[in-house]
Amino acid sequence: MKKSIKGGVCLAIIFFVPAGFSLAEYADVIMNNRAEREGVSPVIYPHWFHRIRYQCSVCHVQLDIEMKAGKNDITMESIISGQYCGACHNGEIAWSPENCDLCHSGKPGLETGVKGGHSTLGPGIF
Amino acid sequence: MRQLFTTILILPAFLLLLAALAADRWVSLQDDGLHDPANPAIKILQQPAEALSVLQPDGAGNGVNWVTALQLGEIDPRSSIENEIQQEMLELDVIMTDTLPLPYVIFSHRPHVEWMTCDLCHESVFVSKIGENPMNMGNILNGEYCGVCHGAVSFPLTECNRCHSVKPENINIAPSSGAIVERDPL
Repeated sequence: MKKSIKGGVCLAIIFFVPAGFSLAEYADVIMNNRAEREGVSPVIYPHWFHRIRYQCSVCHVQLDIEMKAGKNDITMESIISGQYCGACHNGEIAWSPENCDLCHSGKPGLETGVKGGHSTLGPGIF
Repeated sequence: MRQLFTTILILPAFLLLLAALAADRWVSLQDDGLHDPANPAIKILQQPAEALSVLQPDGAGNGVNWVTALQLGEIDPRSSIENEIQQEMLELDVIMTDTLPLPYVIFSHRPHVEWMTCDLCHESVFVSKIGENPMNMGNILNGEYCGVCHGAVSFPLTECNRCHSVKPENINIAPSSGAIVERDPL
């Protein structure tokens, strides 16, 4: 009897524990300081997609985006006026800000932060 | 009998899980736990596997060795939105010897300069003076110094030996505590 309980526990771990973790791609950034409060879904920013196309300094030096999730006060006003994401997301270099869903694509309730890095499952959890 | 039954149940389940993990190195956006599968944009956004599976493989992070991918010309990230910036290469290695019992750390400027201009790190993250940056694994794991990028977007901090790569006996530098030595590239 004991053994089958153990087996059940193992099965539960195998099937349900991975489902509890986010399987986000390394370095995905969730932006939700404002989004849900203002009635839209959280933003998911994929580093992997952008670093294929641009070096780090383009955003983090030239566009003044600080290297700390949640520290940048990015608003739709600033994007539409060409700051931050809006330097490229202007309908010429990349899709324009009217395409809400393409950036605001996260599940409800996500917390601002970097996924797949030291602030999530890495050793930096302590 | 029960034991046999349990084994029969668990083994295939475990193998299935392993197979699923191996096949899906890059989880699709609708299954990643972040993207809302009901969002119509999910069909338009590029899937990680499409972009990343063709680049230099790696066991950590995005599963891509970004430095090698760039050096081999598999990717050619722009240095500016409009006009390319001519960044001068800096062939300077910094060796950090206050790491015992782990191997010394060798910091090579080259792979970093290929990705960014000097002002990304200097002087806000690192001051350009040997011995003036009091980093240790504690503050790095906490997201300071190297940990601003490593562990968040660059290769993760579980990859000890990529930084701790020089055994003291293989290099002619005294293990004096806190000493950091600048030299030409190895």
